[in-house]
Amino acid sequence: MTARRFWRRNGATGWALSAPATLAVIGFLLIPIGAVIAGTFIDPRGVFAPYISYFNSGFRTTVLFRTLQIAAITTIISLIFGFMTAYVVSRAPGKLKSLLIVAAVFPLLTGVVVRAFAWLIILGRNGILNQTLLALGITSEPLEMLYTQGAVIVGMVYLFVPLMVLSLVGVLENIPRDVLQASSSLGASPLATFWQVLLPLAVPGLIVGAVLVFTGSFTAYATPQLLGGERQTVLATLLHQRAMVSFDWVGASTIAAIMTVITITIVLAMSHIARRINPMAT
Amino acid sequence: MPDRPHPILIGVAALVYLFLMLPLVIVVGAALSDTTYLTFPPQGLSLRWFENIFEISAFRRTIVTSLQIALMGTLIALLIGIPAAYALNRFRIELPKWLGTLFVLPILVPEIVFGFALLKSFTVGTGAPIFLSLLIGHTLIVLPYVVRVISASLASFDFSIEEAAISLGSAPAKTFFTIVLPNVRAGVIAAFILAFITSLNDVSVSLFLTGPGISTLPIQILAHVEQFFDPTVASVSVLLMFLTVAVMAVVERTLGLTFLAK
Repeated sequence: MTARRFWRRNGATGWALSAPATLAVIGFLLIPIGAVIAGTFIDPRGVFAPYISYFNSGFRTTVLFRTLQIAAITTIISLIFGFMTAYVVSRAPGKLKSLLIVAAVFPLLTGVVVRAFAWLIILGRNGILNQTLLALGITSEPLEMLYTQGAVIVGMVYLFVPLMVLSLVGVLENIPRDVLQASSSLGASPLATFWQVLLPLAVPGLIVGAVLVFTGSFTAYATPQLLGGERQTVLATLLHQRAMVSFDWVGASTIAAIMTVITITIVLAMSHIARRINPMAT
Repeated sequence: MPDRPHPILIGVAALVYLFLMLPLVIVVGAALSDTTYLTFPPQGLSLRWFENIFEISAFRRTIVTSLQIALMGTLIALLIGIPAAYALNRFRIELPKWLGTLFVLPILVPEIVFGFALLKSFTVGTGAPIFLSLLIGHTLIVLPYVVRVISASLASFDFSIEEAAISLGSAPAKTFFTIVLPNVRAGVIAAFILAFITSLNDVSVSLFLTGPGISTLPIQILAHVEQFFDPTVASVSVLLMFLTVAVMAVVERTLGLTFLAK
C-alpha cells in the first residue's frame, strides 16, 4: 500500500483540510454557546432556578409569547404573499423573471438596519403615511403607528418576504407543467388543481421557507428595536438589554438558552416533517 | 391550469414588489432632501447630508472598521472554508455526514445568541481584544455561505479531471491550484461577495462586540437613529445601498445575477 493510498483510505487528508474550519466552529461557536447554556444549570439557587425565575416573571413570559406570536404572524403573512408572488415569478417569461429575481435579491442584500429605518420614516408620527392620511382627510390627527406590534410585523414581513419568494421560486419551477396540465385536461377546476396538485407538491418548499422566516423573525434584533422599542420588547432585545444594560448575565444566558432550544427544535422538527411528507420522493 | 397566472395573482405580485421597492425609494429621497428633518418627497435637492456622514467622526471610523472586518473576515473564511468545502466533496464517503452540518451551524443558531456567547465566554473569559473578537465573530457568520456556495460549485466538478492530472505526474497541491480552483472560480467570487455583504450588514453579532472606540457601521447607524432623527442616516443607508448595487453589478458582469438566487 502506497502512502497516498493509505491517506486516501483513511480520509486523513479530508480531516486535515477541514480541520481549521472545524476547529473554528467548535472552539468559537459550539464551546462558547455550550458554556453559556451549561452555565444556566449550575446556578447556586438550584438546577433550574434561572428558568423558574424566568417563567415566574409575568413580563418575561409575555415577552416570550409576544416573540412567538410576532414570528408566527410574520411567517403566515410571508407564506401567503410569498407563495402568490413566487408563483407569478416562476411563470414569468425569461427576461422578466430574472429581473424579478434580482428585485427580490436586492432588498435581501440591503442591511436590516437600513430596511427597518425605511419604515421609521414611513410610520413615524410625522411620517409619510400620517402625512398622507392627514392630507386625504382620513384622520384628523396623526395615528400612533410606531412602537406597536403591527409596526414590528410590517417591518418583519418586509424583511422576510423576499426570502420566502426566492425559496419558493425554485420549488415552483421544478414542478413539471405537464402535471398541472394533466390535472386541468382531466377536468379539474383551476382551484381544484391548486389545492390538490400544486399546493401538495410545493409543501416541502413552503416548509423550508416557513422555517427560515420563523427562526429569522423569532431572533431578529434591529427591526423590533427600531420599530417596536421598549413597548414591544422581544427576546432578542431583552437579551441585549439584560446583558449590556443591566449586566444580568444569568438572565441573559437563560434567554439565550431558551432561544437556542426553540430555534433548533423547530429546525429539526420541520426538516424531519419535510422529509417525511415529500410527495416527490418515492 | 392555464400557463398565464390569474390577473388577481399578477396584481398581488405587483403590489408585493411595490411594497418591497417603495421603502428603499423613500430612503433615497429622504437622503437627498435639503431639510434638517427626514421627509419624503425631498424638499430641495442637496448632497449635504452625504458630506455630513464624513464630518461625523464616528461614521468615518466605523465605516473603516466595517470594511476592514468585512474584508479580513471574508478572506479568512475563504482560507479555511475552501479547503473544508473541497474536503467535503472530494472525501464525501470518508468524512462523516455531520461535518457538513457543523459548517451550517453559525447560521442555524440564533446570531444574537452567538454574539452574546462569544462576548461572555471568549472576550470576557480570555480578555481578548474587541477587534479580534469582532473579526472571529464575522469570520464564523460568513463561513456557512463560503462553504455552501463553494460546495455547490464543487458538486458539479468532475474529480476525474483532477485524478488525471495527478496520475500524469502533477503534484496534488499544484493540481488543486491549477485544475480545481480555476474550475470553481465563479463559486469563489459569489462566496466572496455574499460573505462580504453579510459581514458589512451584520447587526446581531457586532452588537455585543463593540467597545470604546470600536464599533461597526450598522451599530453606529442604530445608535445615531436613536439620538438624532436627521437625514444623515438616510444618506449612510444610500451609501450602503450603492455599495450593494456596485457589488451586484460586478456579479452581473462576471456571472449573471440569477447565480445569487441559488
